[in-house]
Amino acid sequence: MPFTPPKESFSGKICEIGIGRGDGTVSLGGQSVMPFHSFEGAAPGKPAIAFEVQDVPPDDWPETVKDVFRDVSGDPVTWAAYCQDSLGADAIALRLAGTHPDRGDISAERAAETVSRMLAAIKVPLIILGSNHAEKDTSVLVRAAEAAKQTNSVIGKAQEANYKTIAAAAMANDLKLIAMSELDINLSKQLNILITQMGFDREKLITDPMSSALSYGLEYTYSVMERIRLAALAQNDPTLQTPMLADVGMYVWKVKETQAPEADLPEWGELGRRGVAWEAVTASAFLVSGADLLIMRHPDAAGAVKKFMAEMEVQ
Amino acid sequence: MALTGVEIFKLLPKTNCKKCGQPTCLAFAMKLAQRQTSLDKCPDVSEEAKEKLGAASAPPIRPITLGTGAKCVKMGEEMVLFRHEKKFVNPCAFAVEIKDTLATADAERKMEEAAASEIDRVGQKLRVDALYLSNDSGDPARFLELARLASTKAPDLPVILGTVNPDAAEGALGTLAGKKAVLYGANAGNISAMAEKAKAAKATLGIAAKNMDELCELTEKAKSLGVEDMVLDSGARSAGEILRDNTYMRRAALKKNFKPLGFPVITFANRADGMLETLVAGLGVEKYASIVVMNEAERWKNLALFSLRQNIYTDPQVPMQVQQKIYKIGEPGPKAPFLITTNFSLTFFIVSGEIENSKVACRLAVMDSEGLSVLTAWAAGKFTAGKIAQFIGESGIEGELEQRELVIPGYVAILSGAIEDKLPGWKITVGPREANGLPAFLKARG
Ligand code: SF4
Repeated sequence: MPFTPPKESFSGKICEIGIGRGDGTVSLGGQSVMPFHSFEGAAPGKPAIAFEVQDVPPDDWPETVKDVFRDVSGDPVTWAAYCQDSLGADAIALRLAGTHPDRGDISAERAAETVSRMLAAIKVPLIILGSNHAEKDTSVLVRAAEAAKQTNSVIGKAQEANYKTIAAAAMANDLKLIAMSELDINLSKQLNILITQMGFDREKLITDPMSSALSYGLEYTYSVMERIRLAALAQNDPTLQTPMLADVGMYVWKVKETQAPEADLPEWGELGRRGVAWEAVTASAFLVSGADLLIMRHPDAAGAVKKFMAEMEVQ
Repeated sequence: MALTGVEIFKLLPKTNCKKCGQPTCLAFAMKLAQRQTSLDKCPDVSEEAKEKLGAASAPPIRPITLGTGAKCVKMGEEMVLFRHEKKFVNPCAFAVEIKDTLATADAERKMEEAAASEIDRVGQKLRVDALYLSNDSGDPARFLELARLASTKAPDLPVILGTVNPDAAEGALGTLAGKKAVLYGANAGNISAMAEKAKAAKATLGIAAKNMDELCELTEKAKSLGVEDMVLDSGARSAGEILRDNTYMRRAALKKNFKPLGFPVITFANRADGMLETLVAGLGVEKYASIVVMNEAERWKNLALFSLRQNIYTDPQVPMQVQQKIYKIGEPGPKAPFLITTNFSLTFFIVSGEIENSKVACRLAVMDSEGLSVLTAWAAGKFTAGKIAQFIGESGIEGELEQRELVIPGYVAILSGAIEDKLPGWKITVGPREANGLPAFLKARG
């Protein structure tokens, strides 16, 4: 009996957006099927992996991932160049962690200088992230956006509390924007609507439904992503037809499983590979549920996820 | 596919004799459609109706048990494609492959490792669930030896026998009598003999097809040979093929009620690269496998995969909020630190996890902030000095404490003065911003 595959096709389509400049441009989205379902419809863009670098040394990262960058993390530009040239990063995510009032309170001006230096040194797309301090981010990201004017970089994250200023800055400087809400499809939808009502082009928007780590809420992010993607495709909801971001590294590398030494918990096995697996499993679960762009820290985890993606293309 | 009440009614005797306890046959049919009664309550129902109704009420993916006893694994019975629709039912089994070409000492090591893999994870005991014994040698004698070894080294672990040789199958099945093993390896060339061996041993038959067309043919053939319990392999090996075929199988079973594919799926994630194997196994967890076979079960890998399976099989209906109250972590005495956070369940998991990490017993006040995290709740006016003061004041906790001191999250340091104003006699201490600063913070307080 020949099998008739129960294929599903959708009327909705994810916006295809390009980030970055020239040869370094990366295309996200564009698909009209669920993640990696190229067996039943068009799925042009491949998900991209951005390596996370910070404007200050990663003192708050656990040893196993900090060590990898020991020789380069003293300077954000050197660090980013290493990720681009030696680790094959598709993009660089510069987190301006040092601008947080509790972590040095670096000024918006100095943050903007870092952004300019970074843009002069790297070819791959730049994703500029604040320190997740809603108030400070508004001033920092406005200056950072000016420094990145017309470079087709990505900036974020615009959240409910500060989206107006940040979206306006992204619009004025012709940048792509990340809109983040906390694990709720309706909140994501609402924020996207508010931002587009300001005149912001929905084809320049990336949705961050909020990430999490394996064992620490992964299932929430996973299902919110699936729901957003289904709403975009099956219900043809234009407000959710944006590529999605999973900001994985910052959630993964603070949980106990990526830090506790094997000597303390022998039943958890070797710490090095456990940490890498934690990040890689989290990231690949979000790829399967709909992420188009990942922000990751450990090169071994990113490498494993790349191999996984390549295998997902074999159908 | 379930029948409607009217469709069921057409199959009943229509005498309205009330023996079933219902006033009419139609009323009985309606109850049946809602699964509030069972067909055996009607003594007069025809054999034909029984068969039709029985087939219609059978779950779209057949329930099958792998193994017996305390460590048996239930498979099948899934009802949805996406976990937000309804809880995924039976968590998949992880099986580690042991080849009969391995030196006995290595095979023993892998069996012992699997048997000792159990860990306690958020109150659940999780382990490598099964052994996949493979007849790589092609030699029935070596395969039998391996099966015997398994029955002494890991006697209560369920077993999947992988062989295409019916003689090897018969020998190995002999050591597993009554153990509900899976006999995997039925293909176009051997299906009749394999079906006989599986039936004789009351084992589940694992179909090893080359593609979806052949898979459907083989399950139909096995069914005609009297095999009822099967697990399915479409031949998919790359991650992309696994996603495609497992999706097709789940959809065909659930949406088309396509019986030839209404069985649990076995996915082979085996890779020489252990990290990649972990990710492909993860895909099996997320996308519809009931058994995932791997080369190795290292502890770091087990922890990641057990956790993933636990996450994916969690009930999505459970709200993301935890109850407002003062939780005790460890056994806090009157001098133990007293902290506060919001009732977003992720915030609670992370904060309580870090307090556990610190091994310092604490009281943790979890305040109803409508399920928002600390920063968002503060921005939204749900985690304010006034509300915190009111909650703490009304909790009556002061009676349990030697000194009135409350630790607030570093992100809302700005609230400390205002809370002290509103809670006279209390000292407010600013804790770390992120929960992962808690162990150092708590230990430093002695
Ligand atoms: S027992 Fe059967 S025949 Fe009698 S009323 Fe009930 S359904 Fe109808």
